[in-house]
Amino acid sequence: MICISCPVGCHLIVASTRDRITVKGNQCKRGEIYGKEEMLSPKRIVTAVVKIRKKEYCYIPVKTEKPLLKKYIKPLLKELYRLEVDLPVKCGTVLIKNFENTGINVLITRSMKN
Amino acid sequence: MLEKKVNAVVIGGGSAGMAAALSIAEKGYQVAIIEREDTLGGILLQCIHNGFGLQEFKQELTGPEYAQRFEDFVHKNRKINIFLETTAVDITQNDNGTRVVNTYSKKHGVILFSADAVVLAMGCRERNRGNIAIAGTRPAGIFTAGLAQRLLNIDGFIPGKKVVIIGSGDIGLIMARRLTWVGTEVLGVVEIQPFPSGLTRNIVQCLNDFSIPLYLNHVVSRIYGKERVTKVRITPITQDGKIDEKKSFQIACDTILLSVGLIPDMELAKNAGVRINHDTNGPYVNADLMTSQEGIFACGNALHVHDIVDYVTEEARRCGSYVHDYIQGGRVKKQGNVIPGANIKYILPNHYVTHRNNRLYCRPMIVKNNAELFIKINKKFVLQKKLRHIQPSEMISIDLEKDVFKNIQKDQNHTLEVSIR
Repeated sequence: MICISCPVGCHLIVASTRDRITVKGNQCKRGEIYGKEEMLSPKRIVTAVVKIRKKEYCYIPVKTEKPLLKKYIKPLLKELYRLEVDLPVKCGTVLIKNFENTGINVLITRSMKN
Repeated sequence: MLEKKVNAVVIGGGSAGMAAALSIAEKGYQVAIIEREDTLGGILLQCIHNGFGLQEFKQELTGPEYAQRFEDFVHKNRKINIFLETTAVDITQNDNGTRVVNTYSKKHGVILFSADAVVLAMGCRERNRGNIAIAGTRPAGIFTAGLAQRLLNIDGFIPGKKVVIIGSGDIGLIMARRLTWVGTEVLGVVEIQPFPSGLTRNIVQCLNDFSIPLYLNHVVSRIYGKERVTKVRITPITQDGKIDEKKSFQIACDTILLSVGLIPDMELAKNAGVRINHDTNGPYVNADLMTSQEGIFACGNALHVHDIVDYVTEEARRCGSYVHDYIQGGRVKKQGNVIPGANIKYILPNHYVTHRNNRLYCRPMIVKNNAELFIKINKKFVLQKKLRHIQPSEMISIDLEKDVFKNIQKDQNHTLEVSIR
């Protein structure tokens, strides 16, 4: 697999034995962490836009605060496309707290007045 | 018609414009930001993905968050006057040398700004179908990737249901993921080069994650469709760069996204007599980021197309400090020439000075690990630097400390050449 932590993109060889996971090919610690995470429970940061209520063609960008387990991405997107947000909003506000018990919050990433 | 007098006019309220304006205003000068949209932020507002700010804020932010930080700083600074929905149409010069920027404002009508200095921070435009001449019909459904990104992320329009993306630069890759996440079928990315233009991490998280095919060494040789795109013909390129028609295949689709390059927006600059550098499609600039026109400076994507916004901020901030020096009466000290050497596509600025440190930005022409960058002045080695990983889509920054010049005779003409091997 290729590490996505930084622009170098080290080619990793990740192997799992009965009691642990070994990562080879990384040039830094972040690569080791990424290799293990990707093997056990791959996660991604999800970004999208959410509709502003009562305002045509007006959307607000959002993101997951931390990487989310891949299997929750589709359900999260489905929920985000269903939601509508009222103005005003402040950048950093929590839109969804602890999505589906994953411990991941969804934040609004832009301030917008009325 | 309104007339406004300020110390500096900054054309463009995106990442470069905001950083330059802050830099000038922080030193006590009055700045006007001219922005054609109804909000500050520029292109960052539509870049809703993360990866911004690692150097500037030591955090990984999304585009809008990065823009928000600067917008908040700008609003807090009383020396910065913001003119939204205002478009600059002309830059001229008075008899006494003052610059006049002619603008059209939605709120005020015509506004003439007079200032000692003007900063070009209007960003860049996208290369279009005409620039790469794709044969075929001209149906609806063909967008540049940035336009599709704007329509989707700002206005909420999904451009189509089945998309083929031309170009594997980061904008195209990011849109491949974005479109997949809104339910569009991305059928493939077509790249003319033998390697992708964008970052490997984007190939992984935007294509591999969704099993979107990447056709390297291929071109879209024909577009079909009457009112709307119906299909594309994709053809491989042989090793000697020839089209191999016999191996063509077709993909049915209703939308095409073009991610085939960006060009600095130089229309205003050209009309003002600014000399253009054909290696960058942006202006020639001296070590103070001043163009060939006295008092007109440039920074950000308008100067050269960047890949990370942190460098835009650094460059714009520095540009602001040079503008400040200029307004105070500082004029260009003797400058040497900077030229690109082996494996360097371009280098900026086009001149260097010896009385302070120089920050240079360049792009390599090759992909390599453990490459070596070396600098010669009048053909003599002065500096060598090891680079862990280089590729054309990643700009390289070089800091040249002034003690590098201590053995250089100050009165001679000097040429500094940067090369990579």
